[in-house]
Amino acid sequence: MDLLGRIFVKPFQDMAAAPDFLIQVVWEGLVSGTLYALIALGFVLIYKSSRIFNFAQGIMVVFAALTLVGLHQMGVPALLALPMTLVVMFFLAVAIERLVLRPLVNQPDIILFMATIGITLFLIGFGETIFGGETKRMITRELYIPAGSTIFEPFGGFVAIEHLDLTALVAAILLVTSLLVFLNKTRIGRAIRALGDDHQAALSVGISLSMIWVVVWFIAGIIALVTGIAWGARAGVSFALEIIALKALPVLLLGGLESVAGAIIGGLAIGVLEKLFEIYWGQPLMGGGTETWFAFVFALIVLLFRPQGLFGERIIERV
Amino acid sequence: MSDIATAAPSPAAAEPILTVNNIEVIYDHVILVLKGVSLAVPRGGIVAILGANGAGKTTTLKAISNLLRAERGEVTKGSIVFEGEQVQSMSANALVRRGCIQVMEGRRCFAHLTVEENLMTGAFTRRDSSSDIARDLEMVYTYFPRLRERRSSQAGYTSGGEQQMTAIGRALMSRPKMILLDEPSMGLAPQLVEEIFEIVKKLNDEQQVSFLLAEQNTNIALRYAEYGYILESGRIVLDGEAKALRENEDVKEFYLGVGGEGRRSFKSVKHYKRRKRWLS
Repeated sequence: MDLLGRIFVKPFQDMAAAPDFLIQVVWEGLVSGTLYALIALGFVLIYKSSRIFNFAQGIMVVFAALTLVGLHQMGVPALLALPMTLVVMFFLAVAIERLVLRPLVNQPDIILFMATIGITLFLIGFGETIFGGETKRMITRELYIPAGSTIFEPFGGFVAIEHLDLTALVAAILLVTSLLVFLNKTRIGRAIRALGDDHQAALSVGISLSMIWVVVWFIAGIIALVTGIAWGARAGVSFALEIIALKALPVLLLGGLESVAGAIIGGLAIGVLEKLFEIYWGQPLMGGGTETWFAFVFALIVLLFRPQGLFGERIIERV
Repeated sequence: MSDIATAAPSPAAAEPILTVNNIEVIYDHVILVLKGVSLAVPRGGIVAILGANGAGKTTTLKAISNLLRAERGEVTKGSIVFEGEQVQSMSANALVRRGCIQVMEGRRCFAHLTVEENLMTGAFTRRDSSSDIARDLEMVYTYFPRLRERRSSQAGYTSGGEQQMTAIGRALMSRPKMILLDEPSMGLAPQLVEEIFEIVKKLNDEQQVSFLLAEQNTNIALRYAEYGYILESGRIVLDGEAKALRENEDVKEFYLGVGGEGRRSFKSVKHYKRRKRWLS
């Protein structure tokens, strides 16, 4: 009885007792959830337009952040290093399309998947050779990202909101909004969605695969850069960052591989739930450390009941 | 080399917009699907490729539109000339830009895009102003008034006929000189099939779009086309003016389902073996 009480009653009493702390926990969950969502979004875009499960998305985050910091270390002013990194990410997209995707077009999915593992390994080696493998500090101050925090006092308690996190959230919202506008309102965006629906038909109306692939991988690169800056600011820039890309996997399982909305909602949900679980159940009952596995177990349970994920694209079928 | 061009059986009209010279298609490096197909489409004409399932109609169209590569198919012999230009090594994208577009079998609309978005994807290759594109969209809506009503519904939820119209309209948005139309009658009610073919005829008259259509429905295809090729196991076994084909006893028996005296045993069914000899 006592255990049941500690699982089903006590945590909620705790939440009610200290609502300000609850808000703090949810906020922090939201922030990391935003980053999971961004990474998942990179996966979704590439998967939708080319049916490739891009294992390299995580390393692209590291590579983008590393390039930015590395260029700065080489003496490039921060505000110039940012656009230069974008240019690097663009050429990376072109190179991947030319050297990897185009020669492998029409090969089975698993071959392309293996190729993205190859890209991962290459980027690790390449990044390390050029910029070195040690952990670097993200150049937040040089990029005029505000530091410090604002303190709110709801319910007589207090909630601290880091400006860094706030900036990350705003940047993510801007990025996602412009991406949605791009996908829904422009010629190329429409072509990307068309490609997601029917590959052959898209070819038949003259949509150019190579062009779309470069665009999509470049967008994934931009997303990687934003994620890299935000995450690098919290944890430093190192190849260990790649691990967070693994967190995108449960997000994808949850959100469905093809749904932009699913990636966002799935990311936020996992971010918030894993924080709540850690604080209210994990630490008191299991001694903490649940954040590393919670997302995967949660995704597993969801998949038992909804194999297409929570937001998997509704399959329209008619004859 | 000039012999090849003359070797193609050319319909009465002088200058063809499309000539296919003795092409051979191999899938996956081993499966020979087309064994030397030649045909020609006169400018402004409607030409039909007829034949049963698996005869190679779709493969012929895809060979022309260069969609074969996406299915690991390859044109290994022969040549395809569109508007006086060799096109067999071009990408589908480049060919659409030159004015030759395929409407694939089974409509293949983009299910999650609205009808209007589907139409707009057809304009992907166009570089002219958005007002020109808007004018063409309006033109598509006048040919297919039903699409105007359904413009904002997801294409996946529209009826088969509407999807076929969307697919043809989408092709029209690329401002084609020629449309390769694969099996437009598939899965549609006879009345709708008639309607689709009427519109094809109209587009042919008013927009000067040439059509090469692949059909199993020999009856209707020969009523609207001017010239027909009959394909069997990857070879053209018979070709001629549509009127002549309609009168042909064998065509009547095999494809139009008339003639013959009652039921006959499978043994006595004769297969065409006539093979044309080509120079290349």
